[in-house]
Formats: sequence, structure tokens, C-alpha cells
Amino acid sequence: MSDEYDNNKSYQAQSSEVLDGSAGSINPDIDYVRPAEIPEQDLYHAHSFIEKWVFCQDAKVIGVQYFLTAAFTGIIGLILSWLMRLQLGFPELAGFMTAEHYYQFVTMHGMIMVVYFLTALFLGGFGNYLIPLMVGARDMVFPYVNMLSFWMFFVAVMVLMASFFVPGGPTGAGWTLYPPQTILEGTPGSGTGILLMLISLSLFVIGFTMGGLNYMITILQARTRGMTLMRMPLTVWGIFTATVLAMLAFPALLVSAIMMTLDKVLQTSFFMPTILKAGEVLEYGGGSPILFQHLFWFFGHPEVYIVALPAFGIVSDLISVHARKNIFGYRMMVWAIVGIGGLSFFVWAHHMYVSGMNPWFGFFFATTTLIIAVPTAMKVYNWILTLWRGNIRINTVMLWCLGFIVTFVNGGITGIFLGNVSVDVPLSDTYFVIAHFHMVMGIAPLMVIMGAVYHWFPLVAGKMLNETLGKWHFWITFLGAYSIYFPMHYLGFIGVPRRYFEMYDSPYMTSAVGMNEFISIAAFIVGAAQFILVFNIIKTLKTGKKAEQNPWKANSLEWYTSTVPPEHGNFGDRLPVVHRWPYDFSVPGAKEDFIPQTTAPSEVAHTEVEKT
Amino acid sequence: MSEQKIDGFELKPGFKGMASDTGSDQTMFKGVHWGKAMMWIFLLSDTFVFSCFLISYMKGRGSTIVDWPNTSEVFSLHVGGVPVPLLLIAIMTFVLITSSGTMALAVKYGYEKNRKMCGWLIFATAIGGLTFVGMQVFEWSKLIHEGVRPWGNPFGAAQFGSFFFMITGFHGFHVSIGVIFLFIYTYKVFAGHYESKKRGWFTKMKGDYVEIEILGLYWHFVDLVWVFIFAFFYLW
Repeated sequence: MSDEYDNNKSYQAQSSEVLDGSAGSINPDIDYVRPAEIPEQDLYHAHSFIEKWVFCQDAKVIGVQYFLTAAFTGIIGLILSWLMRLQLGFPELAGFMTAEHYYQFVTMHGMIMVVYFLTALFLGGFGNYLIPLMVGARDMVFPYVNMLSFWMFFVAVMVLMASFFVPGGPTGAGWTLYPPQTILEGTPGSGTGILLMLISLSLFVIGFTMGGLNYMITILQARTRGMTLMRMPLTVWGIFTATVLAMLAFPALLVSAIMMTLDKVLQTSFFMPTILKAGEVLEYGGGSPILFQHLFWFFGHPEVYIVALPAFGIVSDLISVHARKNIFGYRMMVWAIVGIGGLSFFVWAHHMYVSGMNPWFGFFFATTTLIIAVPTAMKVYNWILTLWRGNIRINTVMLWCLGFIVTFVNGGITGIFLGNVSVDVPLSDTYFVIAHFHMVMGIAPLMVIMGAVYHWFPLVAGKMLNETLGKWHFWITFLGAYSIYFPMHYLGFIGVPRRYFEMYDSPYMTSAVGMNEFISIAAFIVGAAQFILVFNIIKTLKTGKKAEQNPWKANSLEWYTSTVPPEHGNFGDRLPVVHRWPYDFSVPGAKEDFIPQTTAPSEVAHTEVEKT
Repeated sequence: MSEQKIDGFELKPGFKGMASDTGSDQTMFKGVHWGKAMMWIFLLSDTFVFSCFLISYMKGRGSTIVDWPNTSEVFSLHVGGVPVPLLLIAIMTFVLITSSGTMALAVKYGYEKNRKMCGWLIFATAIGGLTFVGMQVFEWSKLIHEGVRPWGNPFGAAQFGSFFFMITGFHGFHVSIGVIFLFIYTYKVFAGHYESKKRGWFTKMKGDYVEIEILGLYWHFVDLVWVFIFAFFYLW
């Protein structure tokens, strides 16, 4: 609490419990925690360099491996977006690029960013690193399977990258891979490119399933003593719910990938209707392209929340730590995460309003889509109420969090436009859609990733990232991202269609050209600004200031390991025992402004803590 | 419901008991082995895979322009010149369900530390699975011989072959994986790895008879999926 405010009784939460230790009469039972149920985990320690850093079974190393591999694909995706913007803003400079190239870049940029970058980074990267530390486990429950998960992902990435080098290049069908055009001649990469994409996606799903089982069982069955579900940091809740979604949504992707592979290789007609090509009837007939769209979006919409929910969770923790205040409405936040996760399985066809499905479907899916706005808005209010009267530290991490809230609200509001059928139909396939989803699931989660990197880097590497460089990184990215996506809303309103290589002689050729140039310049700058982080990391690893243990004065268990960075087994000889939630910041009556999760109630007598 | 005990855990009955387990620390499913919980969740995910396949099949079959082949003719066997519908499938289903029975017995004897019985029953299960896959190969080759292909067939809608080969193939793949693991576990049980706490070849982890039950869960699931495939392909 800042000093200006009198800590008045009337502001205190109703569920708080006064630990009244009057004259040594503390009941000894208040420190009681149930004895251990699960035996010590049998850990296999690495014996060689390869076992320690390559085929490693330690979840923390696997997390870093996932992070680096995903970041590598992210940089590829970034370069592809530069090439796209070069063509759109300055076509005269992009003479080397044909329309086929452009479609391939669009497709690969989309698929890489959504699946191989964001999903892998949040669940594989942050999930592996943080879950065992935050719930107080020594490692993931199946370390060997966890290792296989990463290497399966690695192979999937390699197969995907290989598609750049095969004859015909990668697929250029758009990241949604809609049949029939995806596998028909004339679409770029309809030969080997699409096949490699489908194989890569299948491998990704298999690899993810192995990881996902680990995340779920570690959270459900391997928490430390005293760690109840409602004492877990929201990061863990976000990653957990996202994993559940992924385990139930990726099957649809796997099935559609298998069916499309068969359509491609064995000439089956699952998704292929009767097709006339240059007056000739092709071999295909009788299949349903809409079936693919249903399968794809049954995966595709939960996928949005697979990316968003970990971001929601992580940002809640970052805001709470850096505003020195407990998260407002913790239980509400948990139920909102779970509720959004549940609802996300009933909204998929809002991606298909213009596909020609029954209009009553559109009515149903518009309703469910708008219902999702309720728990989402609850979360936004809670973030803001957490900040309210907090002791806010305006550091790099907090800047990214604030940037996230603003961007997420912005993208969320355009989502309400697009969720309504009658508004969506004219806006379909325009730049408005691009602006919407880049704001809400591109920039917003990315801001959280950046904040999380600045927050947890001291834990992972034991050194503090440079704040000045961090602030430059933030401001360029934040202002730049708005310069890119804000104008795109207007491009959408005047009707500029997306995925077009050029505007030919349409009216957009003249009216949108200035805006396109501006967006492209902003995109080059924002992209380049991301290398500030790369530079910052390299510089910090070489010459950075050594981080003390728990530099942010946080409460959650990952900061209370026996060493920093934590070694294999995380917590030394004894696992921590948890007595409280991780959000006891600025507790009235406490000596310091934070009470770690491991502090027993009798040690903080006369304080007023939330009952968790 | 009476009070139940699992490995020393007092489990309270009913909704209250479930709520108190969920609200407690450390584990949500009291006394449940990690691997067993993992298998249940994997099977839930796999259920979605097969559901997607079967729903696609329903959609595909419901919207073809050409008539679907008459399955009781296509799948019939000729015994002494008389076509007997469902004969082969009945035998296949019988073999697979029986193997589920031997699997359940293997789990029982495993927990009773009756190593010999357990080993023989897993072996019997593996043979049952192998027989099933063998009969599936026979059925596939018979259909291919009659001209059924993934891209078309002489009896009706082309999607018949596509869906049939894809879905039974995917199921057969599951059975084959199961058979491989059954043989591995047969070896491990007979070699006494669970008694000597020998560490695994790859995972370097000690084994336990609970692994038999985990494999059993998978095997029963594969059986259950077959029942649905049986109903959707052969009875519809």
C-alpha cells in the first residue's frame, strides 16, 4: 500500500481472516499441512553432456529447448511478414516476388506463428519451465516422454522448414488449408509442400500430446504438500486449461490432416467435390469441403484460447507481483479461465459465416461467441482492479503488462463486431479481420511473452536483463504495433481484401497505397526492434548484473529454489510446504510487503491475510 | 456407497467426497498412479480422434450422391456357396472381446503377484490381438481382391472404401501397437523385471505391476472403439 492512503478497515476484502495471536495463544494446528501422499520422485540424473543438454529429461532444459526452437520459428515468421509487407507497401522493390511466393509467405507466416511459435512457446516453453517449479514438483511426472515431446516438435519444425526447399516450395493455400484448392494443381506447393505441412502438423500433434499429458498429470497429481488447486498461481491455471483444450482440439486437426493426406496421396474424396477443370471432370467427387472447415475450426478456435489462456494466466501473475497487490478476484479469475475454455468448444463456426452453412447455425454461434465476452471482460476488470491503488512499479515487465491490457481490449472489441453475423459478412476477408486477430492473438500474447521473458530471465539465467534496452524494446514495439494494425481497421472498412498479392486497377490501388506504405515502414521497424531483445539477452549473458534470489520479491515457489538457476530436482533436499496462495502482497500488519507461499501462518501472526 | 480404501486413503463417498478430493492438496485422484491417470487422459484425447473419424464418416456417408454399398453383401463370407453376412466380423469381434477378458485376468493375477499366470494371460491377449490383426489383413485383401479401393469400388459410393480403409486401418494400427507392447510386457513379466525392480531400457524407470493395468486400460479402449466401428460399418 502506498503511504498516501490510510489503510481503512472498510477497504478490506470480506474473506480475509485475521490471524490473532493474542499473548502466545496461537493454536498450533494452524500450521498443520497434510503429510506427504506421494513418494519421492525417482529422478534419472544426466551422466554426459548429451544427456544433460541435448536429450535431456529435465523439464527446465526441455522448456528452454522448446523456447529457443519456437523463437527460431518465430524469427522465420517475422522475416516472412517483412517480405509480405515489402510487397504490399513497396511492390517496385519486391520484383523478385511472384504472386505464388506471396501466397506461400502468407500461409507459412500464419501457420508458423499460430502453431509452431505461440503454442509451442507458451505450453512447451513456459509450461515445461514453470509448471514443476510453481506446483512444487521435482520434475514433470514422465521426464522421458517429455524429452520425446520436444524432439518430436523439433522434427516437426524441421519437416516444416524442409518444405521451403522442395520443388514447388511450401504450400500457399492460406494457413487454413481449405480444400479443394489446397491440393489441386495451380495452388503453389500443392505437390510436396502441402504433404510436408500435413506430416509436420501430425508430428506436432503427437509431440504435443506427449507433453500435454505431462503438464496435466504434473498439475493434477504431483503438487507439493499444501498446494491445493486454488493456491496455484494463475499461470499454472492458464497453462493447465490450455492443455486440456489442446488435448481435445488437436484430435480434430490430426484427423483432418490424415484425411487430407489421403485425398492428396490416394485420391480419396473426403473433402473433394466433383471438380471441373478446364472443361474436364477430375477424378474426385462426392466429398464435402465444408466438413474440413468444421474439423479445422473445431481445432482452430480452441487454438486461439490455447494461446490466449496461458497469456491471461501469466499476465495476472506479472501484474500482481509488479503492482504489489493480490490479484483481484482470484477465484473469479480461475472460473473465468475454465469458463472461457469450456465455451471455446462451442463457437467454432463463427469462422464460417460466409461458408454457406445454414443461417440458423450462424445465429447459434454468434450467441455463444458473444457470451465468451462475459468471462473475458471479467478478467480485464480484475486486472484493472488489481492495479487500482496498487504500489505499481513502472518497470519493463509492468509496461508489457499494461500494453497487453490495452491491446487485448482493443482486439476484443473488434471481436464483438466480427462475432455478429450481419457485421461480419461485409467485413469478411478484409484487413479488418487481419487487424482484429493480430491485435487479440498476435500482439497481445506476444506482449505477455515479452513481459514474461523480462520477468523470469533472472530465474532462468541468474542475471537481470537491461532495463533501458527493455524500455526501448517495449515502446518501439507498442507504438509500432499500433501503427501497423490501427490503420488496417480503416483499410478493412474501405473494403481492401486480405491475401491479395496486389490491388491491380481496383480503387484500392490509389486510396490505400499511402496507408500501405506507412504500415510497411512500421512493420520493418517493429520487426527490427525485436532484435533488441536478442541483443539484450546476449549482452546480459556476457556482462549482465548477477540477479539476487527472488529479485522481484515474488511469492510463488519458483523463486524459492535451493539455487538460482534451479538445478535438476528443483528444491534441494526437501520439497517446500505451502501454506497460502501466491498473492499475499502488501498484507496489512506484515513486516514486509510480501509473504512467500512457504511461510507458515504462525510466523505472520497479527496480519490480515486472504483465506485461501 | 460404502467407504472405500485405495492404498491407505480414506475416500469419502459421493459428491462431498469428490469435492474434498478436488479441494485437497497434492493429488486430485487419491492414490491413483501417475501412469494410470495419464492413460485415462490419453484415452479421452484418443476418443476425440475416433469421434472425429466416425462423425466425418457419418457426414460423408450421409451426403454422397451415389448409393452406399449394401454392407451385408459386401462383408459376407461364402461358406459352401452360401453367403453368410457378418460371419468374419463376428469371429473377429469374438476374438477381440475374449482378449479383453484374458487381459483383465492378467491384471488380476499381476496384482496377486502370480507371475506365471499373469505372463501366460498377457501372452494369450497378445495372440488374440495378433489373430484379430491377421483376420483384418484377410478381410482387407478379400475386399481389395473384389476391387474395393480407397478411391473407388464397384459396389457404390467411392467414400465407402475411403472411410473403411482409413478407420479400420487406424484402429488396426492401435491394435498392432498394443500387440507390440503386450509382447514386451510378456517378456518383462516372465523375466521378473517387476520383482527385481529392473530399470527400463529407455526410460531408466523402475516398473511395477500397475503397468499391466495401464496397458489393460488401453487394450479395453481399443476393444470399445471396435464395438463402435462394428456398429457403424457393419450394422448400419
